[in-house]
Amino acid sequence: MESTNTIKRRERVSDSNLLFAIAAVIFVLMYGFGILSFPRDFLQSQTFFDLFNLNAPLIIVTLGLSIVMVGGGIDISVGQVTALVTMCCAVFLQSRSGSVGGAMLLALGIGIAFGLLQGLLIAYLKIQPFIITLAGMFLASGLLTIIHKDPINVTMPSFVRLMDFQIVIPSLGTLNRLGRFIPLEIKPGTVVVLVLVVVLVILMNWSRFGRNLYAVGGNNQSALMLGINVQRTKFYSYVLSGLLSGIAGFVFIMTTGAGNVGNAYGFEIKAIAGSIIGGTMLIGGVGNLIGSPFGALTLLTINELIRADGVNSDFQAIASGMLLCVFIVLQNAVLRLRGTSSFKLALPGWLVPARRDR
Amino acid sequence: MARMKSYGSQLFLPLSVLAILILVNLIKGSSYFSISIINGALYGNIPNILFGASELVILAIGMTLVTSSAGSQDLSVGVAATITSAVFVWVLLSAGKITWITILAAFLASCVVGILIGTFNGALVAALNVQPIVATLIVYTAGRSIAFLIDGKLSPILANNLTYEIGSEIPGVPIQTPIILTAVFVVLFAVLLRTTNLKLYSQSVGINQRAARLNGINPVRIKFLAFMIMGVCTAVAGFIAVTKAGRHDSVNLLKDIEMDAILAVAIGGSSLYGGKFSITGSIIGAYTIEVLNRTLLRLDVDPDAIKAFKAVFIIILMVIASPAVRELAGNGTKWVRDRLGGAVQIPTAIGEDAAVDPKSDISAKKEV
Repeated sequence: MESTNTIKRRERVSDSNLLFAIAAVIFVLMYGFGILSFPRDFLQSQTFFDLFNLNAPLIIVTLGLSIVMVGGGIDISVGQVTALVTMCCAVFLQSRSGSVGGAMLLALGIGIAFGLLQGLLIAYLKIQPFIITLAGMFLASGLLTIIHKDPINVTMPSFVRLMDFQIVIPSLGTLNRLGRFIPLEIKPGTVVVLVLVVVLVILMNWSRFGRNLYAVGGNNQSALMLGINVQRTKFYSYVLSGLLSGIAGFVFIMTTGAGNVGNAYGFEIKAIAGSIIGGTMLIGGVGNLIGSPFGALTLLTINELIRADGVNSDFQAIASGMLLCVFIVLQNAVLRLRGTSSFKLALPGWLVPARRDR
Repeated sequence: MARMKSYGSQLFLPLSVLAILILVNLIKGSSYFSISIINGALYGNIPNILFGASELVILAIGMTLVTSSAGSQDLSVGVAATITSAVFVWVLLSAGKITWITILAAFLASCVVGILIGTFNGALVAALNVQPIVATLIVYTAGRSIAFLIDGKLSPILANNLTYEIGSEIPGVPIQTPIILTAVFVVLFAVLLRTTNLKLYSQSVGINQRAARLNGINPVRIKFLAFMIMGVCTAVAGFIAVTKAGRHDSVNLLKDIEMDAILAVAIGGSSLYGGKFSITGSIIGAYTIEVLNRTLLRLDVDPDAIKAFKAVFIIILMVIASPAVRELAGNGTKWVRDRLGGAVQIPTAIGEDAAVDPKSDISAKKEV
C-alpha cells in the first residue's frame, strides 16, 4: 500500500506542468481550428512565424513578467520601460555618435537600471510591488515624453541593414496568390525569443536561483527557514525582468524601426494576461516558463482568427477577455479539484513527465 | 503604545503630504485660497480641486473596501464606469425626453449594470477564489469595446440643461453639483459604515479569512458585497464623469483612473494586502493626488512630463512609509528617548517621526 502510494505521488504532475499542458493543448486546438476554417492563411508557415516575427517584444516581456510572478510579485512597468528603451535607442541612433552596439548597451542599461531601482525598493524596503512598479511605469512614460515627443524613424545605414536582415528558409516557403514562390523569412527577433526561452527555462528549472525563486513564491516564510536569501532572490527577479524589458525594447525597435510615444502601449496588461493563460499564477510559486510564450501566442492567435474572420474589431478585445475568463475559471476549477484529491488526471503514462517538480 | 497610535499615524502621512503641497502652492502665489463668486457660483482653487477629484474620491472609497476584504485591487473600475455611463447615456437618449425622472431611471439602470459587473467580478473572486487583479483583468480587457458597442461608436453628446446642471452647477446654488453629489455619497457611505458591521467584517475577512470563517462571518458573502458596492461606486463615478464631460467618449472617459484610485488607497495608509482600512485616509489620498496634479501644472511642468514627477513623488512617499524605514525611525526615536532619560516628551507616533525627519533618525541609528 505504502509503495504504490509513493509511485503515484511520483507520477503526479506538478501544478506548473499541468497548467502549462492546458495552455499548450488549447493553443494547438485553436491553431488547428484556424487551419480548418481559414486554410489559406493559417496553413502558411509564414503566418506561424509571423506571430513570432511581429510579436517578439511582447513574448520577451511576458517571459520577464512570468519570472516576477513566479516569485510572488508583479511588475507593471514592463510596457513603458520597453517604450522608453525604443525611444532612447531611436534618439541615440539618430544622433551623431550613434552606433548599433552602443544602442544595444543603452537598451540593456536602461532595463537594468529600472530593474535595480524597483528590485531594491521592493525586496529590501519591503514596499508593495504594485505601487512601486506603478511608479516605475509613470516614471518611464514621463521620461519618454521628456526625451522626445514626436515619432522618430531611424535612418542610420548600419541599423537599417540590421533591421532588414532576415533568415531565409526556402524549403518552408509558400506560393502566394499570384503563384509566385515566397521563401519563409525569420527575423532576428524570433531567434532572440527562442534563445531567451531556452536560457530562461534552464535558469528557472536547474539553477539555484530558479529553484529558490519557486520556493520564495510558494511560501516566503518556509523559504526563509530553509536558509534561502529571500530578499536577494526577489531582487534578482526584478532585475531580470527589467533586463528583459530592455531586450524587448531593442527587439521592438529592430522590428518597427521607429521610436514612438505609443510604442508598446498596453503591453503590461497583455503580458499579465499572457502569463496567466500560460499557467503562471499571480499568487506565486506556480508557473512554467515554456507556458508564457504559449500564453502570449494564444492571445495573439485569437486576435489573428478574428482578423481573418473580418468581424468588428471591437470583438478582438471582447474575445480576449472571454478567453481570459475561460482560462481563469478552468485553471481554478482544475486546481481545486486536484486539491480535493477526488480528481485524477487522466493522462496516459507516457505523457506524464517523470521529473517531480515541487 | 505604537499599536494605539498607529491609527493616528496612518492619517498623519497623507495629511502632512497635503500640507506640504499646499505650502508649495502658497509660496508660488499667496492667492491660492482666494475664492471668487462668478454668476452666483464659487470659483477658485479649492472648489476646482473638490470638483476635479469627485470621481476619484468615489472610486477610492469603493477601492478601499475591496482592498480591505479581498486583499488585492480591482483594476476594472475605470472601464466599468465607462460601461455604466454608456448605459446611462443610452437609456437617457432612447427615452427621448430628458426630465428628472428619465435621468433618475437612467441612473438606476446604470447602477444595475454596475452591480452586475460587480457581481461578475465578485463571483470570480469570492466563489472561485481567483486573485482580484486577475479576475478584474477580464472586464479591463473587454470593457471599453463593450462600451463602444453600447454607444455605437458615436460618442453621443448630452446637450441639454438638466445634465449640464448636474455636471457643473444649478443656478442659485453656489457650490458645483458634483461636489454636492460627492459629499452626499461620502455621508451616505459613512452612515453605512456606522450603522452596519461592514467595516469590522471586511477587516476581519481581510486580516484572516479562516479566523473570520470560524467566527461565523461568511467571507464569500462579504467579498461579494464589497464588489457589489464597488459596482455602485463605479456607476456614480461614471454618472458624474459623463455629465461633467457632456459627452460619452468610450476611449478617454476616466482613462487610467484605476491606478490613481489604488494610489489613493496606498497614500491613505491602508495596506494593499487587505485588512485594516481608513476611508478618511483614502479620501484625503484622492484629494492629495488631485492637488499634486494641479500643483505640478501650476509650477509650469510640461503636462506630458507630469507622470515622471508624480512617479518620483510616489517613490519618496512610499520609501518614507515603508516598514523598513519606519522600523529604523522607531529605533532612532527609542535611542534618542533613552539618551534624554525621558526628560523630554517626544511625539512617539512612529510614522510622524519618519515623515518629519527620516535622515536624522537614520544617522542617529548609525551612531549606535
